[in-house]
Amino acid sequence: MVAILAAVQEGAEGVVATSGNWATEHAWLIPVLPFVAFFLILAVGKRMPRKGSEIGILTVAASFFLSLIILIGDYVGGGGPVVEHAIEWFPFAGTFDLDLGMKIDGLVAVMFVVVTLVSLMVQIYSTAYMHGDKRYTWYFAALNLFTFSMLNLVIADNLIQLLIGWEGVGICSYLLIGHWWEEHENSSAAIKAFITTRTGDVAFLVGIFVLFAAADTFNITEIIHKVEEGEISHATLTAAALLLFGGAIGKSAQFPLHVWLPDAMAGPTPVSALIHAATMVTAGVFLLARLFPVFEASTQALNFVALIGAFTMLMAALLALIQDDIKRVLAYSTISQLAYMMAALGVGAGNAAIFHLFTHAFFKALLFLGAGSLIHAVHSNNMSEMGGLKRVMPTTYKTFMIGSLALAGIPPLAGFWSKDEILTEAYRFGTGAVDPHGTQVVALIVYIAGILTAFLTAFYMSRAVHLTFEGTYRGKGHPHESPPAMTGPLVILAVLSVVAGFAGIPGWQSGFGAWVGVGGETHVPSADFVLILVSVAVAVGGIALGRRMYMPAPAREPLERMGFFYRLLQRKYYLDDLYWVAIVRPIRDLFSRAMNWVNQNVIDGLVNGTAAGARVSAQGIYKYVDQKVIDGAVNGAGISTRKTGGLLKYLQGGDVQRYAAYLFAGVAIFAFLFTRFG
Amino acid sequence: MNLAWVLTLGALLFSIGIYGVISRRNAVLVLMSIELMLNAVNINLIAFGSYFGDQAAVGQIFALFVIAVAAGEVGIGLAIVLMIFRNRETVNLDEVDLLKW
Repeated sequence: MVAILAAVQEGAEGVVATSGNWATEHAWLIPVLPFVAFFLILAVGKRMPRKGSEIGILTVAASFFLSLIILIGDYVGGGGPVVEHAIEWFPFAGTFDLDLGMKIDGLVAVMFVVVTLVSLMVQIYSTAYMHGDKRYTWYFAALNLFTFSMLNLVIADNLIQLLIGWEGVGICSYLLIGHWWEEHENSSAAIKAFITTRTGDVAFLVGIFVLFAAADTFNITEIIHKVEEGEISHATLTAAALLLFGGAIGKSAQFPLHVWLPDAMAGPTPVSALIHAATMVTAGVFLLARLFPVFEASTQALNFVALIGAFTMLMAALLALIQDDIKRVLAYSTISQLAYMMAALGVGAGNAAIFHLFTHAFFKALLFLGAGSLIHAVHSNNMSEMGGLKRVMPTTYKTFMIGSLALAGIPPLAGFWSKDEILTEAYRFGTGAVDPHGTQVVALIVYIAGILTAFLTAFYMSRAVHLTFEGTYRGKGHPHESPPAMTGPLVILAVLSVVAGFAGIPGWQSGFGAWVGVGGETHVPSADFVLILVSVAVAVGGIALGRRMYMPAPAREPLERMGFFYRLLQRKYYLDDLYWVAIVRPIRDLFSRAMNWVNQNVIDGLVNGTAAGARVSAQGIYKYVDQKVIDGAVNGAGISTRKTGGLLKYLQGGDVQRYAAYLFAGVAIFAFLFTRFG
Repeated sequence: MNLAWVLTLGALLFSIGIYGVISRRNAVLVLMSIELMLNAVNINLIAFGSYFGDQAAVGQIFALFVIAVAAGEVGIGLAIVLMIFRNRETVNLDEVDLLKW
């Protein structure tokens, strides 16, 4: 395999636009290392002193440093090269050649850093979090396969290779969400995640073939070239873009296929961090950015993406308000933040979307790992069993706080810059200050939804932080701070959550937008202080409201726990009241419930209805087609074979010499025939 | 030398081999007959090699291969015969007919 991959270097096929430095030319090593690690861990992991985790950590660290060299060496500051190499993998004579290739540009370099860094942090963290797990070695192998799949998706220079990575990510998420498959709930969640994303993948696959039919190639560069030359009709592009977006809806958990993501919390928490920050849900956003010209060519497709994004961000943020499970809060938050990115892509602000992906990866990984640290300490996911952890878990508290503030959009933390860039771009497109890519009013809708979501985000994070860290402890046992293997990654990610935003500070012309240049756009928006003031005010307002509502609430609970059954019941009612009615404002509560209802009844109903229909038809097919026709044919074949066999068996008399005689007689007959008639 | 004589010798040897394989009851004799057939083939190979002026000596090399394979074959064959004898106290082929319907 190494020999094959070395051949990538030769650049046998493909267009070489420019060449990068050594690391960029060898970027194929980045996905290959975790892939090799996967097999190494499976082969020798159990015999290693640390059960295989060291293999994964070392290889992913190597990949990370290579990614860092690529990003810093060639792309920071903008104007980086586009390096494309490919080797022929499967030539399908006369129709098309399937290549195994790499296409490195700023977007890919950024994704490499995000994926490998988060994967590295998650693996280090997992050494402590998963300590003593019975499938510890397999867990690390799967993490590496997961990382490889995502990196393969990112590096791919053609859509088929991208699809392989895309499906690989799907299967790895299935394996890891269902890591503790002994609990039925976990394996159901894994199946749900797999099937839901697969629903989108059907559209994705059809979209790939529509593009192939139109452009006659799977190569991304060539497709984009043909799109920009106007060689593909508008209607085809709209259809292709919408179908591809269907895949992104599934993978990036957008409405209506977002239902798998909250259930995916059944997996180990570090896996959630990996899925939510780097390796799975960002795939949809990356796909749209990678094929941005395809979307840009169709106003309808862009508008659709933007509206789905705007709707999903609000819907998910409202659902996050009522969750008690801290991981579910973060899960809905992820859906909402991904919708931000989708909406940004939909209004044409591709760079802002990738910038948000970049910063979001750090603080969302931080929040998930922080939540994991909390869960590790209190052995429960429920915030109603936490509280007062500020004093016992100082490192977790500080880092979680930074992550929450970054997510809420408080300057100068990372989330503020990226969220604000999206809002500024949406506002400018929406008011017509800049020519919109899609429709102007859609951009305005995105802006309004974005501001509302920013408020809700600040509010639910404030709620989560106050319920978890403030007041007094409500759970069982004595929680204590997590070991350094867990707090270390938290600190690193917290630092990044503070500084990552400065990469794309508005007005810096060679900042983040120039690095990635989604769709060839390298323009960097200037700061608009009125808009900044609005979004900061909204964020601060949300936090303050959360503090007002949740700050005194936990303090009263210990007193009530001292009472009798009746008072316990009363307290439970009070908590219901607290979480569902009084604290969540009635109108929002109603809306959230309506959303929940839509989720539970309409969407799940559709899914169940399809399943029931499939089952009824399957029973019919079983009864008549399978039992009668197919079994009849099979039995008939069996019976007739047996009868002929019964007659022919007497030829097999066990006398070797008779066999030899038959053989020689046969040879003699054939020799005679050939000499006579040959 | 006339090619036809040599080929006649090969054919005779081969026919003797076939006769032995089919008619002998003793497994060791059957194995020997097989050797006869192989050697008949070797004679043919070398005869044709010489007749066509084979510069690369392909016929002779092939014959050497056949000899090598025949050595292996007879080794395994005798081992099987030995095992049959140990288990059944006979090497009579018509008494070794377990492998039938």
